[in-house]
Parts: sequence; structure tokens; C-alpha cells
Amino acid sequence: MKFTPQQAAKVAALARLRLPEEKLERIASQIGDILNYMEALEACDTAGVEPLYSPVEHPTPLRADVAEKTFQRSDILSGAPETDGTYFIVPKIVAG
Amino acid sequence: MAEYEAVIGLEVHAQLLTESKIFCSCSTRFGNDPNENVCPVCSGMPGVLPVLNERAVEYAAKMGMAIDCALNPVSVFARKNYFYPDLPKGYQISQFELPIAEHGKVDILVDGVAKTIGVTRIHMEEDAGKNIHSATDNASYVDLNRACVPLIEIVSEPDMRSADEAVAYLKELRSILVYLGICDGNMEEGSFRCDANVSIRPKGQEEFGTRAEIKNVNSFRNVHKAIEYEIQRQKDCLEDGEAIVQETRLYNPDKNVTASMRGKEEAHDYRYFPDPDLVPLKLDPAKLEQWKAQLPELPRVRRQRFENDFGLSANDAATITAERDLADYFEAACAAYAQPKKIANWIMSELLREMGEAKLAAAQLKLAPSDLAKLVKLVDEGVISGKIGKQIFPDLFAQGGDPEALVKAKGLVQISDSSALEEAIDAVLAASPAEVEAYKGGKTKLMGFFVGQVMKATKGQANPGLLNQLLAKKLS
Amino acid sequence: MSDILSLSLAGLRARLADRSVSATDAVSSCLERIADTEPAIEALLTVTGEAALTQAQAMDAAGPDASKPLWGVPVVVKDAICTKGVATTCASRILENFVPFYDATCVARLKEAGAILLGKANMDEFAMGSSTENSAFQKTRNPWNLDKVPGGSSGGSGATVAAGQCFAALGTDTGGSIRLPASFCGVTGIKPTYGRISRYGVVAYGSSLDQVGPLARTAEDCAVMLQVMSGHDAKDSTSAPREVPDFAAQTATRKDLKGLRLGLPEEYWGEGLTAEVRACCDQAVDAAKGLGAVVVPVKLPHTKYAIATYYIVAMAEASSNLARFDGVRYGFRHPDAKDLRDLYEMSRSEGFGEEVQRRIVLGTYVLSAGYYDAYYRKAAQVRRLIRQDFLDAFQACDVIVGPTSPFTAFGLGEKADDPLQMYLADIFTISLNLSGLPGLSMPVGLGQESGLPVGLQMFGKAWDEGTILGAANALSGALPQIGMPKI
Repeated sequence: MKFTPQQAAKVAALARLRLPEEKLERIASQIGDILNYMEALEACDTAGVEPLYSPVEHPTPLRADVAEKTFQRSDILSGAPETDGTYFIVPKIVAG
Repeated sequence: MAEYEAVIGLEVHAQLLTESKIFCSCSTRFGNDPNENVCPVCSGMPGVLPVLNERAVEYAAKMGMAIDCALNPVSVFARKNYFYPDLPKGYQISQFELPIAEHGKVDILVDGVAKTIGVTRIHMEEDAGKNIHSATDNASYVDLNRACVPLIEIVSEPDMRSADEAVAYLKELRSILVYLGICDGNMEEGSFRCDANVSIRPKGQEEFGTRAEIKNVNSFRNVHKAIEYEIQRQKDCLEDGEAIVQETRLYNPDKNVTASMRGKEEAHDYRYFPDPDLVPLKLDPAKLEQWKAQLPELPRVRRQRFENDFGLSANDAATITAERDLADYFEAACAAYAQPKKIANWIMSELLREMGEAKLAAAQLKLAPSDLAKLVKLVDEGVISGKIGKQIFPDLFAQGGDPEALVKAKGLVQISDSSALEEAIDAVLAASPAEVEAYKGGKTKLMGFFVGQVMKATKGQANPGLLNQLLAKKLS
Repeated sequence: MSDILSLSLAGLRARLADRSVSATDAVSSCLERIADTEPAIEALLTVTGEAALTQAQAMDAAGPDASKPLWGVPVVVKDAICTKGVATTCASRILENFVPFYDATCVARLKEAGAILLGKANMDEFAMGSSTENSAFQKTRNPWNLDKVPGGSSGGSGATVAAGQCFAALGTDTGGSIRLPASFCGVTGIKPTYGRISRYGVVAYGSSLDQVGPLARTAEDCAVMLQVMSGHDAKDSTSAPREVPDFAAQTATRKDLKGLRLGLPEEYWGEGLTAEVRACCDQAVDAAKGLGAVVVPVKLPHTKYAIATYYIVAMAEASSNLARFDGVRYGFRHPDAKDLRDLYEMSRSEGFGEEVQRRIVLGTYVLSAGYYDAYYRKAAQVRRLIRQDFLDAFQACDVIVGPTSPFTAFGLGEKADDPLQMYLADIFTISLNLSGLPGLSMPVGLGQESGLPVGLQMFGKAWDEGTILGAANALSGALPQIGMPKI
């Protein structure tokens, strides 16, 4: 199948990537090749096969409901690009 | 002009009353300093992983049982992918294809008419953090205390046909959650919140109209107003020949309008897929049995019992059982003095009024149920008049304590001694010869005047029954 | 001191225990070796030399602790694994300045066992690659030939062990990222059963595929490392609540392969193998027979779908796993971002390298509305069939054996321009991750043509790492040793 740069741009926006034109074109064509390759899966008969999303066989373990403070706020904020020591700061969010 | 019918479905988010968050051990306490209830997991640090809180599962399962859902033996957590600063991982963990519970129902009563509202599903998910938008600088501030706090979302069928039904459903749902002790039901703090899907269709039409999703309705009153507004808006649209657009609308309580969020919200593609970090949740049948045995009596059953066993009216029973604590209060008072209807009257009139004015919940009252019972008994036995009882009620409510002691201290005991009362009557009759004359001449309406005078003279403490009896005798 | 470096990890432990070598000697030897070889191979992104020496001196002062199985052993950790107080970049600009304030569970367990952290190993950015060329910071060279890649994505881990800079290194394996560099660099590396080692603190690529594992000089060394890191972790829901066997004992005691049934999948031994890879692997199988192993042919018929399946699953999970790198709470934030959209898009576009971006776009696409069923769900179904192939094959054999890669280490830049060709190099390694089973790669000789190491894979049944480690230990005793590369 053909994967157009426009399609690539749309998907990239969904993933919050803003790619320059030439990169979009390159990536779109590479992804087109990869998707073509992936079409091979169509030949595999999976009628009635339950999807396997994880190799784990045990049920999800449950944690006892005990509140515990494991780190200080200063740890949490230690890598923040912008902070006032209390909050993470981002450019003002304008609706939506 | 066609007659329209509204079709309403509600999505309710209820915050579960766990100690710790749904996927990490941070505290869920409300009101702590920003970013203090935060760890690597709920702040989405690299490499960290979620581990499910058992109590959250218990609470979600209990809600499922309480509203007659089928519990899924295996349920799956998925990732809902979108970007927002209050969403640390770039996805919200939420149940999608296989929720913990499905196919439940809630019974409601509107204007004496019973109706059953279907519940499509209950699923578990994590809350997001909070973004605070500064008015002074060009910045927003992110607080993750709330991120990863456990929620259940309860999705109804589109079974409601009016704002009244929607509010009745919401109230019932909230009441059940509070009875179960799994949610504090606080709408102002956002621990119980709702989005409403509203559409209209010509009466008699089977298929649904295009719906709008109304967000940001944070009180029963606003839910009612927002839905009413939206129904009218849609009717106006159709009558003007406009099509209704499927969209999200924000309710503005100040202007009482809903406004489209179109353009402000891009089309979402959440790319749900099973979260590989959380393998499927299997419910342990033994645990389910245990949880089922722990279910308290639910509002509907209690309401019925109050009507049948205590003889309360449907309205009184509904009001008193709406809050679990109030119903407990009522039952405790009845245990102290077995006159449920009289106690209910005092609760419906005096107690609820005072609670409303003081903005207090039943669990916060200073007046003990046994003392309310004592007050009712004092009136019943004629120790004080009902009027005096009502007079002293605000004091009792504010300070609590033994009403008998208060009555004595204030010297408010009713005069039920006929000789003492006779003295007062004689004095009044002696002071009003003209009225006595007129009465005897046939103006029997003057009885009220004499009663009033004696009451005034005794500061209201005269036993009214005895007073009437004695007066009639003296004037005959 | 240089004779210290010729010791295996197991050998070093014995010398440390009897105090004929001090922890400080061990660390100093490694640091000297790093100083000598690092300019040529560039395997490490961070060297924590000073801290390692300080720690070693303190440990020496206190004396050996027999209860700590890695007491005084210098190790290197892949930079995808969080190390408290030591930069953890995933070889990405977006995490260039990220210093975790927590240890991954596997690192915490190594430390508790007395291991000394020497540094952090280079890798393909976010473990996406098979050559370590996708590192944002440097290109690691293969110690056997500086014009060749070390394999990937744990190429720094493979190279550092091969070069004798340390006694063991941690890697992560999502689709062969431990086994391929082990093979290319001539060391032994094991990907344990999914769920054997906690993933807590391991920066996620494909969450349902990722496993941490050791790369070391021998199977026995790997067993010691695996032992220390294995076992349930309350912080990882996917880590298995099950007993950990005594791997070291299972490994060291195995001297022959009597009665062991080796399954040779026809899909792994067909066309496409280079002559030198085939020759070395054949020779190893013959040696195994000589040790008493029985060879049986097996089939893994869905192998032809493995690459497509693997890349759909891995990229889908990655697109979501990498959403958290948004410039809000840590990591790179573009200085010119004026609004929220800018903040995300500019930070992520400049912070991530091209291969990562390509995989994010592909992964986002296969999960998006209208495509989920055709790609992600379909791949999950084929994944079950692929795993079933292994379960069926293990009815007839105890261990599945095949080459790790169809070829030896390729040249730097050779496959860099064609991502699909690069993906196809993973043909023999990825099925194992889809199935969640354990597998190791061990050196079985140097290719006649290239003079580069050839790796042989052994796959085991779930939770049966002990059998493949023991078999590798026995087999390596029957093969000519490849020694250490001259750098």
C-alpha cells in the first residue's frame, strides 16, 4: 500500500511529532514499504484464534491499600524543565 | 408542531474512598500541598509500572453487586492515549473492552412513578491531575496529587426521559455509593461528577436523535438546569430546521447555557489497547462471596422497610434514607423512643432545616439521636408544649445535650397542674370582664383570646389541652 | 593486575573471596582497561569511576561478605535501566539530562548482592535498533573489528564485556537486543523467561516483550547474574510470583548433554545462512552430539510471520510507552516552545531520533481508529500461533538450537539507510520475545571468512533457564575458545 506524506503528517500530529517536509516524505515511503511487508500477515489464517497480548499467565497481582510516602516532592520535581518548587510549569494552556 | 421526547444517558465518575491511589501507594487525601501525594509511578517517570490496588477492585465490585450488575470474572485494563499536561504517562489506564461489571439497573421514583434505569457498565480507571491556569503570567501549573486516584465510571443506558428522572437516578446512585462506604459523594470536591448525553426525538420514534454530551455539571441543580436547557436548545434547533451536531458542550452555570466546545477540542483517536503492564484482572470467587456478605442494606430496601415497619410516608422514607447517616440517625432515635412517625416529623421539619442552614451532614451533628428522641418524648408526655420544643430546638441543635436539662434550666416546664393554671385563668378572666360578658352572650370565638392571654401570662408554658378544658369549665 | 581481566566473573568471585584480589584491584583493572579501549570502541555513555573506586575501597575496608554473591564485582548497566543518581539517557537527546532518583529493581538487587556499578552502556536509542548506530551520542564499534557494529540494541553491553572492561553487563532484550550483540561480540547473553526479572525501572520499549538479562563471558557468569536479579517484584505486575531455581548449580554441574534432545527448527537452518555461520553452528551441533545430545528436527511454521508480527506489537506499544517523554516533568524541553502544542511537538521532534520517530508514527498508525483490528489485533492472534509453534516443538525436544543471526557483525553504516533490511536481521531472535520464552546466545567460534564471532542460540521451555545455561556451559567446554579480541 501507499503511505502518503499527508497520512504520515496526520499520524505524526496524533503522536505530537512535527516533522519537516523532506523527513515526512522519507518516513512515509519507508513506512509504506514496511506496511507492505506487514501485509504478509493477511495470508495467516487466524480464524477463531484468541489474541495473545502478553505472555504472562498469572492474574494481575493486587496491592494492599496502604498509603505510603516513598519520595519527597523535591525528588519528583528534580528533573523538571520548569518548576517553582511546588508545581510543574508549562506554557499557558488555552482551552481544550 | 411535533411533540418531542428527550433521551438522556448519564456517565458518572465516582472517586473511590481508598487510602492509596489505584496503581501506586501514594495517599489519596484531598487538600494536601500540590505534588506532595506523588511518586515515580503516578508522575509517569521512565520505567515505572502500575500495580493494582485491591481495595479499588473490592469497591468497584461492590458497586456492581449493589446495582445488580453481572461481574466479569476477567476484566482488562487498557490504555487510552492522549496528550495533556495533567496526564503524566500520555495515556490514562482505564477499562475499555472488558469492564469489571456490566448490565445493571437502578430503580428510581419520580412523582410517585417507579422506573428502572439500565446501567450499561461500570469500569475502573485512574483520575488525571489538575492544571491550574495562571491569570497573571503566561503559564499553567500542574499538580499531580489527583493523578492516579481511583475512579469508577458508571455508564447508564439512555433510559431517562426528563431532567427529573436524570436527577432522581443521580441521587439514587450517589446514595448507593455512600451507603456502600465507597465514595463520599461530594460533588463540590469532584468526587462524584457527571456528564450527560442528551438527545431528543419526535414522540413515538424508535431511533435516537443526534446527541450532545454535556460536561461540567457539578450539582444536582445544575444537572437539572443543564439538561432542561439542552432539551430546549435542541427543540429550538429542530424547529428552526437546523440539524443537531454530535458534539461536546460545556455547561456554564452562571449564564445557564451550554456552549459547544467545537474547535477547541480536536478529534480524538484514543488508540485503546490492552495495557501490557497490567495483565487481566481475575476476580476471586471466594473474595466476591466475602464482599457480597459485607454489603449493607441499600437505600431502596431501607426505604421500603421504613415505610412498612415504621409507617413512614413514601416521601419521608425517601428523604430520610437518601443519606445513610441520616437514616442511621433516625434509627438510633427510634431505638431510644419508639415513636418513629413523630421522630420522622421532627427530622423532616426541624432537623433538616437546621442542617440545611448550618450546612452540616448527619454525621457531624452535636445533637445526639437519643437526645432528639428525648425531646420528642418530652413533648409527647406534655412536659413541654410542641411550641416550646420548637423554640428550644435551635439551641439544642447548636450545642447538643440533654433537652430535659435545658428545659429545666430555662424553667420551661409546661404547667400541667390545674390549680396553678386555674390561678392564671382567674386572673385573666378578672382582668377582662367585658370579654367574659361577650363570650357568655354567644361570642364563643373569644375562647382564642382567653387562651392567648393565659399563654402570655404563663410564657407559653400552659398545657394547652388542660387550659382549654379549664377555661371551658370556668366560662360555662 | 591485567591477569585479573582474564578471569571470568566466577573466577573473580573466588579470588575476591580469598582476598587474593581486592575489590579495588578489580575496579582499577577495569578502569584501566576502559581508559585503554574506550577511545576505540566507545561502549560506555557514563563511567562512574570515582564512585566505583570509593565504594570498592570501603568494601575492602569492611572485608568480603560471603552472603553477597557479587561482592566487589564491577558491572556495567545498559543506559535504558534506571540507576539512582547516575544519568540514564536511553541514548536519547530527550533524556540527555535525566538523572533518576530511584534504582530499577534489577539494579537494586545487583547492588544488594555487592556488585559495583562501573558505568552505563551505549545502546540504540530507546533500544530501537540492531546495531547501536541509533544512539544519539556515539557509535560503538565491535571490539573484534572496529569497522563493524557490535549489534544492538545492547551493543554497548556486548562490546564492554567483550573488551574486558567489566565482568558482566546488563542488557535488555525486546527482539534480540541481548542475544544479537552477544553473538556479534562473542560473549554469552541470556534473555530470561518474560516475568523472570522485574521490569521496574527499565525504560519500556515493547512492554510485553522487554526482558532484562546479563551479558558475560560464560554461561556460568550469566547464571550468577541471573540468580541475583530473578524473582517476583511487588512493583512489577508482570513479574512472576514463582520460585527461582538454583541456576548457578544447574549450570556449573552440567558437564555433558547425555539424553538432552536438541530440536533443530528447519526454518532456522535453511537458506540465508552465510557459509561461515553455518559451519560454526554445524560444528557446535556435532560437538553437542559428541556430548551425548540427541538431535531431532522440529518445525516452527509461523516463523515467516514473526517479523511483521513483532514490529506491529513492538511499535504499537512503543508509541504509547514513549508518550510520557513530553518535556513536562523531566527530559528535554524545546527552549522556543511558546504554547502547549509547541512544547510537545518541538520537544519530541528534536528530542527523538529518526528511527524512534519512525516507530512512533508506525505504532500510532497501527493502533489508530480503523486499523487496530487489521494490524494490532491480527498480530496478537498470529503471536499466539507463533508461541504455539514453540509449545508444540517442545513436545519433541528439551532445547531448541539455531544460529543467533544469519551473518556475523555487519559493517558500520551498511544497513543504516534501509530500516526494513535492518528489521529483517532480527529473523531468528524475535519469535522468542513474542512467545515469552528464555533463550541465550553463546559464542561457538570465529567465522572463517570474517574472523568475527558466531553465536548459537538455545531456546528453553518457560522458566527453564537452568537447562539452557547448563547445556551452554557443557557445550562451551567442548568447543575451541575464541579468546579475547585484540584492540
